[in-house]
Amino acid sequence: MSTDTAHNVPTFQLDGEEVPFLPGQTVIQAALAAGHYIPHLCYHPEFKPHGSCKLCTVKVNGRPVASCTTQAQAGLNVESEIPEIQDKRRTLVQMLLVEGNHFCPSCEKSGKCMLQALAYELDVMSPHFPQIFPTRPVDASHPEVLLDFNRCILCELCVRASGEVDRKNVFALSGRGITKHLIVNSESGKLADTDFAATDKAAHVCPVGVILHKRRGFDVPIGKRIFDIKPISEQIESPGHTLREA
Amino acid sequence: MPATAAPDAPTAILARHRHNPTRLVQILRETQEALGWLSPATLAELARGLDLPLARVAGVAGFYSFLHTEPRGRYRVLWSDNITDRMLGNQDLMLDMCRHLWLEPGHVSEDGLVSVDTTSCTGMCDQGPAVLVNYRAVTRMTPARVEQMCELIRKEVPVAQWPAEFFHVDNNIRRRDILLGNELQPGDALRASIARGAAPVVEAASNARSWRETAASVAPGPQLTLDEIKRSNLRGRGGAGFTTGLKWEACRNAAGSGPDAARYVVCNADEGEPGTFKDRVLLTEQADLVFEGMTVAGYVVGARRGLLYLRGEYRYLLDHLEAVLARRRAEHLLGHNILAQPGFDFDIEIHLGAGAYVCGEESALIESLEGKRGVPRNRPPFPVTHGYLNQPTTVNNVETLASAALIAWKGGDWFRAIGTEKSAGTKVLSVSGDCERPGIYEYPFGVRLSQVLADCGAKDVQAVQVSGPSGVCVSSDELERRIGFEDLATAGAFMVFDSSRDMFEVARNFSHFFAHESCGFCTPCRVGTTLLKNCMDKIAAGHGSEYDINEIFKLNHLLQTASHCGLGHTACNPMFDTLQKFKPAYERRLKSLAFEPAFDLDHALAQARQMTGRDDAAAHLATAMEDKQ
Repeated sequence: MSTDTAHNVPTFQLDGEEVPFLPGQTVIQAALAAGHYIPHLCYHPEFKPHGSCKLCTVKVNGRPVASCTTQAQAGLNVESEIPEIQDKRRTLVQMLLVEGNHFCPSCEKSGKCMLQALAYELDVMSPHFPQIFPTRPVDASHPEVLLDFNRCILCELCVRASGEVDRKNVFALSGRGITKHLIVNSESGKLADTDFAATDKAAHVCPVGVILHKRRGFDVPIGKRIFDIKPISEQIESPGHTLREA
Repeated sequence: MPATAAPDAPTAILARHRHNPTRLVQILRETQEALGWLSPATLAELARGLDLPLARVAGVAGFYSFLHTEPRGRYRVLWSDNITDRMLGNQDLMLDMCRHLWLEPGHVSEDGLVSVDTTSCTGMCDQGPAVLVNYRAVTRMTPARVEQMCELIRKEVPVAQWPAEFFHVDNNIRRRDILLGNELQPGDALRASIARGAAPVVEAASNARSWRETAASVAPGPQLTLDEIKRSNLRGRGGAGFTTGLKWEACRNAAGSGPDAARYVVCNADEGEPGTFKDRVLLTEQADLVFEGMTVAGYVVGARRGLLYLRGEYRYLLDHLEAVLARRRAEHLLGHNILAQPGFDFDIEIHLGAGAYVCGEESALIESLEGKRGVPRNRPPFPVTHGYLNQPTTVNNVETLASAALIAWKGGDWFRAIGTEKSAGTKVLSVSGDCERPGIYEYPFGVRLSQVLADCGAKDVQAVQVSGPSGVCVSSDELERRIGFEDLATAGAFMVFDSSRDMFEVARNFSHFFAHESCGFCTPCRVGTTLLKNCMDKIAAGHGSEYDINEIFKLNHLLQTASHCGLGHTACNPMFDTLQKFKPAYERRLKSLAFEPAFDLDHALAQARQMTGRDDAAAHLATAMEDKQ
């Protein structure tokens, strides 16, 4: 049962279906490659799994774990779309919604935002928790790119992209706990004083509406955007095909 | 340490640390000691000196509570805010101090002279209320001492010239057993370890290879000592109770990688669990035993370097510990060819933390040792194979290493005969709260809570918080339970509450602690601990209902199952336990068991009142509305 006998590839079970995997793949990597959606925000197919958002939590052999950092193994029993796990994910999305200042109707990322799409996917009808209302000033200093920290979910993808791909280390995290926040690499604290460019990889990985390219806000009209057309669960990310164009 | 200008400070400090980025936390701490705070220009200079991105340096500085990127006054007074400090009246004393100094808690005085704020437990629970003044520990605060301190601050007397009695810290050892009563002479455990494999060491030396690389049959000393540790059944004293022998064995068997392959021994002295102070006393009174344990660990796993991670609150112990290390070097108990054994090289350096409870988690501690934000790593791989600098590392608690030294000296069977079947040896408890004789009590494992309570003179006990906020709250009908891995595992905290105490306030204090100390890496803990804190504050303000109680249970389930590390897993324990055992303490605060709006209109006007300087009846909503009626 734990190998695909036709091709002799090891497999695990995901919600009752056999999923083949390659050595070194984590559960989410194998699942996405095989066309099975597992919700995620901080995971990006082109980056090393990080394990912070916990949206990809699944039950592996009865134990809840982050599927992005759990190595695939032959014969694992992985449960994803079960009420208990979907409840957790819904609560996590609600936590992210109250942690920042998310106001979808006025956000130019609406319809292209993975957090919003996940909220729809998981039937989040309200933020549920009392809003935290943090004070997070916007950084509009850069000529081409706007940073609206109000929507940051601290997935660290821009941090990772700027460090690992662009080799610029434009972004980093400071603070801790609920005061944790994104900072940029300049003495003034302004993006304009860094070597950031709109062509950087870091400018194209944000799953929400923090890193926004100026003067492009509504080039695709509301209603015709990626998640307006198809729900996020039907558009599976892979390296080279991600859902984060900004 | 008032900022008497030391403009060359960053340069000299960078040079002393050889511009090594893994020393970043130490460099930041020392630079702040010299300059008072870490300005953007200072951070930029350090970043250039270490060839690190400025944002990375600023991000590390922003992580630790004791590092500040804004001026916090030439005098910074931090009141330890554990529940035991509260029970001793710290809140009134702090407000008293603020009134004397004309300032608000959390704010710097207009002249930049002083700021007063709270901090997490400083480990002085048996002699509180405690404060840190410019990060030096002060105990036994009284109204008179507050007044005296304010006078010294106003006159700008340097902290180094303050009365010595302010800084006096008692050990308060009330019961000694094998650890605190040991008669080991420095080197005894090492000599015993070496003696186990004495003969073949000559052979190892003669073929000019260190025993580290030789087979166990050639140099059996480390292996035989490891066998004793395994036979002793010693388990980790930090709370989790992992078998020390297995940890050391896994580290010893891991090869390490790259050109800098090496193994490391780390002593976890980041004793941050509120209510715990036994490591402070062990390091004060038994530093030799702890260092000897580290050296034994180095001998067994084949490490040349040991690192002791000392919590920033215990900064005052640094000189004492460095002096002990210097003496041990002079006695050939550290350094090259220890006790004339060729190839037995081991030395210890001390790293200071900077106010981050999460660094007590071993992988977060390693991140901090490497000069990074103290965020727990994804595991596996575990530190025993990929730890400090990605090399095999054994991280052990202070008390574990002290016990290991005794085992190396007296043997595993001797140790195993003490305590219980699954919990060999003794446990050092830090007793505080409502009792006549707070302090340090060492018992063989298996001791009943009732015994400890009788010995410390506790009366009319309502509850005991065993192992701190992340541990278990035990009620008065469970006092025959035992300390040990079979029943109540503990890192050592033992806080006693008598029947006059409000267990809701105890839990609320702990909820603030976890929200303050969450590292913020994972969503459930980062947001959940703050939601919990807000929920407890809402109930305390009289706006809670049964709905909020259910929310706490719901958050408890999520944090326990979805958090990244132990901090999140246990952050709801205080609420969960007290709701199970002391629910009336919550219920009497719920105005209506059904529903109460969370939004307080009158409170929402507080800021407007403050801005307009008004506090008359008409400026309050309820009164204004009553007037109209």
